[in-house]
Amino acid sequence: MNTMEMNRRTFVVTGASAAGGLMLGFHIPTRADAAAIMDDPWMAGEGGQEVNAWLEIAPDNAVTIRVGQSEMGEGVFTALPMIVAEELQCDWSDVKAAYADTNRHVRNTVEPYMVAAGAAKETDNLYQRMATGGSGAVRRSRIFLAQAGASARERLKQAAATAWGVARADVAAENGILSAGGNSATFGEFAAAAAEIDLDTEPAIKTPEQYTLLGQSLPRLDTPLKVNGSATYGIDVRVPDMVYAAVEVSPVPGGRLVSYDFDAVKDRSGIIGAYRLGEGGIGVLPYNLEELANRVTGIQSGVAVIADSYFRALTALQLMPKEWDAGEHGNVSDESIINGALDVLANPDDPTFNPAHSVGDVRSTIAASDNTIEATYITPYLEHACMEPLNCTAHVTADRADVWVGTQNPPRALAVAAEEAELPPEQVHLHTTFLGTGFGRRLRQDEVRQATAIAKALGRPVKVVWTREETTRQGKFRPYATYHFSASMSGDGKPEAYWNRVVSHSIFNHQLPQYLNNGLDRSALEGLDQRLPYRFDNQQTDYAIRDSHLPVHWWRSVGASQNAFAVEGFIDEMAHAAGADPLEFRLSLLPEDSEFRNPLLVAAREAGWTSDLGRGEGMGIAVAEAFGTIVAQVALVTVSRRGQLRVESVDAAIDCGHIIHPRLVQDQVESQVVFGLTAALYGEIHIKNGAVVEDNFDQYLMLRINEMPQVRTHWALSGGEKWGGIGEPAVPPVAPAITNAVFAATGKRIRRLPLRNHDLTA
Amino acid sequence: MAISLTINGASHTVDVEPETPLLWVLRDTVGLTGTKYGCGIAKCGACTVLVDDRKAFSCTTKVSAVVGKDVTTIEGLSDDNSHPLQVAWIEQDVPQCGYCQSGQIMAAAALLSQRPDPSDLDIDAAMSDNICRCGTYSRIRSAIHRAAEIAKG
Ligand code: FES
Ligand code: FES
Repeated sequence: MNTMEMNRRTFVVTGASAAGGLMLGFHIPTRADAAAIMDDPWMAGEGGQEVNAWLEIAPDNAVTIRVGQSEMGEGVFTALPMIVAEELQCDWSDVKAAYADTNRHVRNTVEPYMVAAGAAKETDNLYQRMATGGSGAVRRSRIFLAQAGASARERLKQAAATAWGVARADVAAENGILSAGGNSATFGEFAAAAAEIDLDTEPAIKTPEQYTLLGQSLPRLDTPLKVNGSATYGIDVRVPDMVYAAVEVSPVPGGRLVSYDFDAVKDRSGIIGAYRLGEGGIGVLPYNLEELANRVTGIQSGVAVIADSYFRALTALQLMPKEWDAGEHGNVSDESIINGALDVLANPDDPTFNPAHSVGDVRSTIAASDNTIEATYITPYLEHACMEPLNCTAHVTADRADVWVGTQNPPRALAVAAEEAELPPEQVHLHTTFLGTGFGRRLRQDEVRQATAIAKALGRPVKVVWTREETTRQGKFRPYATYHFSASMSGDGKPEAYWNRVVSHSIFNHQLPQYLNNGLDRSALEGLDQRLPYRFDNQQTDYAIRDSHLPVHWWRSVGASQNAFAVEGFIDEMAHAAGADPLEFRLSLLPEDSEFRNPLLVAAREAGWTSDLGRGEGMGIAVAEAFGTIVAQVALVTVSRRGQLRVESVDAAIDCGHIIHPRLVQDQVESQVVFGLTAALYGEIHIKNGAVVEDNFDQYLMLRINEMPQVRTHWALSGGEKWGGIGEPAVPPVAPAITNAVFAATGKRIRRLPLRNHDLTA
Repeated sequence: MAISLTINGASHTVDVEPETPLLWVLRDTVGLTGTKYGCGIAKCGACTVLVDDRKAFSCTTKVSAVVGKDVTTIEGLSDDNSHPLQVAWIEQDVPQCGYCQSGQIMAAAALLSQRPDPSDLDIDAAMSDNICRCGTYSRIRSAIHRAAEIAKG
């Protein structure tokens, strides 16, 4: 192994503790390195020795561990280095975290030892998995990160064994120190020798019972940077000779900028230029709804104004006369979209329904029954509302492109930039920053394409910043969905048949139609098809796609984010119709060995579950699975006579199998309760004349501190082979736990979100 | 137009239009990027700074309005993370993505300068201008109480 092609444009945080150690944001490049890449402050001049692609050890024993996932609040800059350090057996206080180099990842395949250990395929790229999504950071990189640490540790031991003339098995590696008999040395002393060693067999990684570091709630490595303004997000990037761009594109996706009058603003101070974007303007891939590639990241028709400061660019953009043509979708509204779906939903014989799951004979069972219930549920489009408005900085020259962006998928961002810069990927350098949240939005890379096109046209570095309004209007939305349920019960209240029809805007149909399976979108059917936890003798789920012109995208917990609201609401309705306790009713529908039972029981026990509270007070329960993790929640709400709803507490029981950092999991659960509650109470994107109505926080409301419930996380861990994700699965149960609690408190059944549209007065 | 400002105790002369929001002067002209842009309409608190020790939304404060006043940004709280709010924030690992936290901490600083020992209701009232999309609210609350304790010594 060697350190060739080390292009360490990385981003480093120190492992020094909260006790007041020196906290570093970006390392100052050494002179020698800086000469080669003057434009790049993102380089760690550590002078360490790389043992393998994942880690480098300096003479002073500082260990820089590279992180292949993006830090957007979930804690990967702490959790993932812990996985490596657990095996490496270095001293945790010596650990620094740095982003892995995306350019190096796309240029190189994985190191041979990883393949030999069975932790990678030969065709994998160097860092194996660099997209952050699907709640996969720990569960999907755990094995290869542990292997990187273990394989490095054994090489250090072998290097010391060779030098000391002892067997590797006799060398101990603990807290960054190698020792055998009377010999002892630091990891740093043997790092160079270790990098040259080949082992006959790669070591096995630890099993959870052997963990010593994992399982501890260690302080986050990034916190010290996030309390003094030094943490750098994409929007904070400043590179030499950089100018600023403000952009406005068609408020109706697919609409067109007819004309703009740059002459009216070009003489204002600091104005450098303007470009037409998309069709008839700059960019190699203009937006077009009909073509798959064009609709995913294609550049919407619009205009960019360039100036020497962002405010000057923005002011000129806003003052500049512009004329838009909304195009063929100019009279679409959210109402027209949802009414179209409801028409389909009302007709079970609509030929566009595809069967997603079927057991027994639902139709005739329901038709023969005189004890049936029916309900229709509706969830709206939502925007991600990333705290950091979208932005991207780019610099494109004839033979190199640099892009600075907070992205959830650096290799994909690099590929998009390469395509737009018309350069081979090897010549594109992607510098990942901290993200001011992502929630899925920053997997899309449309801002990367737009910024790269502008930088290429301009020929100098440019920072493109979208206003909050532009960020919301150019959202890639969580789809709307509509659901119809019908069920029949026997005379004693035992359910006999359950039939669910779903009509929604399909993310897969929009951007990955090759993965539709017989017209079924797997993410749209999360928890609804055979994945429904409950069992009925007769059970059927049908699905039909009804898209609109809006671009749709993954939104934290994706299909489960809305499906659980509908299913868990309707199950509650069935419980009520059967005169049963909502918890008992659920348990009665779950198989004996169902993994859903324990989380439900733990949440209920910890919350002091009761369906018998006074008027104006209620508890609701709900459970859902997402990304391999099951979360059950009990919400306690109060509703005043005047209809004021307050969510007092949420008890969440989580089964993600194992946990490596309990506090990060608790923080994630709390974060997801806030996210789910925000959507349940307020979340709704209206469409009028084809365009988004709510474009800023005065209309698109967010939960605030005065509305924060008590959130308690309870472990319901099943261990074993189960490793579930923790970035999203506590979102889905929030809405139904609350709406079920509202029903218990008021007798009002909420079948359409958000709650703010409902009158809860007594 | 040349405008003289005092930011974190240091004098700066900037050449910008007087109606430029303080936010963009801090971030783009002076280079203090700790103060964040979130909404531009005084609805998220990400841009919160202190002007003469009182909380201000820098996105809707014209630069001309702070001439002759003391502006304090997150970078001005301390040189070494030693401000009681920073100590408490680190102790409780408050931030997740961290994007809102400069604004949260500056809003909390304004609160503590008015009410050294705030109640939960004081915190609700003072901090509900600040959105945290990561939902760190319960730790923000406990860290403010903790900072009040540290400040008392
Ligand atoms: S950016 Fe100033 S309050 Fe949101
Ligand atoms: S910590 Fe991410 S928005 Fe507050």
